[in-house]
Amino acid sequence: MTDATVAGPTAQALPARRRFVLARRLFRHRSFRIGFVIVAVLVLAAALAPVITSIEPTAMQIRYRFRPPSWQFPFGTDMFGRDVFTRVLYGARLSLWIGFTASLLAAIGGALLGLAAAYYKPLDSLLMRFTDALLAFPAILLAIGINAALGPQIQSVIIALAAAYVPRTARIVRASGLVIRELDYIDAARVSGAGAGRIIFRHMLPNCLAPLLVSLTFIFAYAILAEAALSFLGIGPPPPAPSWGNIVSEGRDYSVEAWWIMLFPGLGISLAALGMNLLGDGLRDVLDPRLKIES
Amino acid sequence: MTRIIASRFAQAVPVMFLVAVLTFFLMHLLPGDPAVIIAGDQASPAAIERVRRQLGLDRPVLEQLVLWIVHLLQGDFGTSLILNQSVVSAVAERLPVTLSLALVSFVITIPVGIALGVIAACFRDTWFDAGVMAVALVGVSLPNFWVAILSVILFSVTLGWLPSAGYVPIDRGLWPWLAALIQPAVVLALFQIGFLARMTRSEMLEVLDQDYIRTARAKGVTEWQTVAKHAFRNTLVSVITVSGYILSLLIGGSVIVEQVFALPGIGRLLVQAIMARDYPLVQGTMLLLGFAFVFINVMIDLIYTAVDPRVRYD
Repeated sequence: MTDATVAGPTAQALPARRRFVLARRLFRHRSFRIGFVIVAVLVLAAALAPVITSIEPTAMQIRYRFRPPSWQFPFGTDMFGRDVFTRVLYGARLSLWIGFTASLLAAIGGALLGLAAAYYKPLDSLLMRFTDALLAFPAILLAIGINAALGPQIQSVIIALAAAYVPRTARIVRASGLVIRELDYIDAARVSGAGAGRIIFRHMLPNCLAPLLVSLTFIFAYAILAEAALSFLGIGPPPPAPSWGNIVSEGRDYSVEAWWIMLFPGLGISLAALGMNLLGDGLRDVLDPRLKIES
Repeated sequence: MTRIIASRFAQAVPVMFLVAVLTFFLMHLLPGDPAVIIAGDQASPAAIERVRRQLGLDRPVLEQLVLWIVHLLQGDFGTSLILNQSVVSAVAERLPVTLSLALVSFVITIPVGIALGVIAACFRDTWFDAGVMAVALVGVSLPNFWVAILSVILFSVTLGWLPSAGYVPIDRGLWPWLAALIQPAVVLALFQIGFLARMTRSEMLEVLDQDYIRTARAKGVTEWQTVAKHAFRNTLVSVITVSGYILSLLIGGSVIVEQVFALPGIGRLLVQAIMARDYPLVQGTMLLLGFAFVFINVMIDLIYTAVDPRVRYD
């Protein structure tokens, strides 16, 4: 990263080159590589679901109930004769979308609260007591509680999961924000007349992005697991929406005779969470040297 | 020490107050009219009005909040609509089940997770380290209800070694109790073991890089003593922090595992309450759990002072 200190004529070209260096360092990290491949395959499968399979995820063919995996039905069929492979593909869409939006909202909310707490001292103790109270609950319980109050909709699952993880990201951003606000360049910005908004968003936020991105990745993994758990408890996206958790839940009653119904969506959940965790490990090691755990 | 304990508990009071207020607003400020939901879709306006008055929902929100806090101070956490029972007694009835599950799971998690993390750190960058970390990573990536179902198929249905569901109170013997709990407890522990092993390993790696570890080795301290006394002792504060977090994760995770193994614990109560839209029960149960977690956090803070003399609270 010595390139970063080069000034003068090359300064224009720098951001692009720095990004390239970062990408190279990320891909040299084994966990990141494996995680990237897993997530890319899942995202592609989700995006291309209508291309990969021509069957509708909710199409019932009563003639073909409980068919074990075969060439015709790679993952078998369920109790209504629906193709489990198709449902798992469409389930990837729903589950990844919920995980993505929930973790993104959690990151945005956490960033705003964390930066506000780090910048405005009087607000800090108030916000931190508030997060103390929220952190008293395990995230999954908080999500269950919020979701129960909002009612069974996809949006309420997203909001519940996001709200459950906001306190954690707020804590992480605040911790880096508190360090950054004491640095000289913040004073310099203030002296040159920058207002609170400019200091927070132009100077503090970019420097909190690394820990924020790392926690977003891990929260993505947790959110996928939590969404599946909520669906399993019957308070996720309402059926017949094929979220991975819903399919496992539906297949549970037939888990002995028709194991394929619950096996494959569960593998999907595990793979997605594994991929995001691997990405998170890689990002943390490369982006956040303070947390570096691999040499 | 007494002063520290007293001050930690005093600091917990405002947090508990906030937990109570948050729980209240969680149930009250969200869309949907509880009175309509409780009375049912077909209920007449008069019936809805009656329910509303009965629950005190016709009063201003602030007045309701004050009433709720006053009742809490009197030890009244509300009354369940479906169980015809106070929330406190409903929770108390199911507490032993959840506590037993969390306890057995905790007892499995802590030694296994710490041992895996420490050993992986000591054999850093070997195949053993890679293997342990791969297992830990898989542990934090598997959905526990799915593992639970697979485990029941293998150990209960196919092999017939363990019961697939139900709870046996401990006063009917230690073995039946443990046999009923061991499978859910291990399933529940998997995530936390992976989590703890990953944390312990990274903490250990950091400490093992310190100069005083090199000094210890140089002056001829045995490897075992170096790892146990010089290195591990210094990771204890973080390991205890994580252990406390794990205890609350266990109680959160038990909501799901209790559902699969039909254990009549607090988690099952909560899900049952949500399904029946029994708002007072949901609210009261969430609050009691919240208080339990605040208490756990205070206990962890107190344990810090015991294990690390450098930690001081003023």
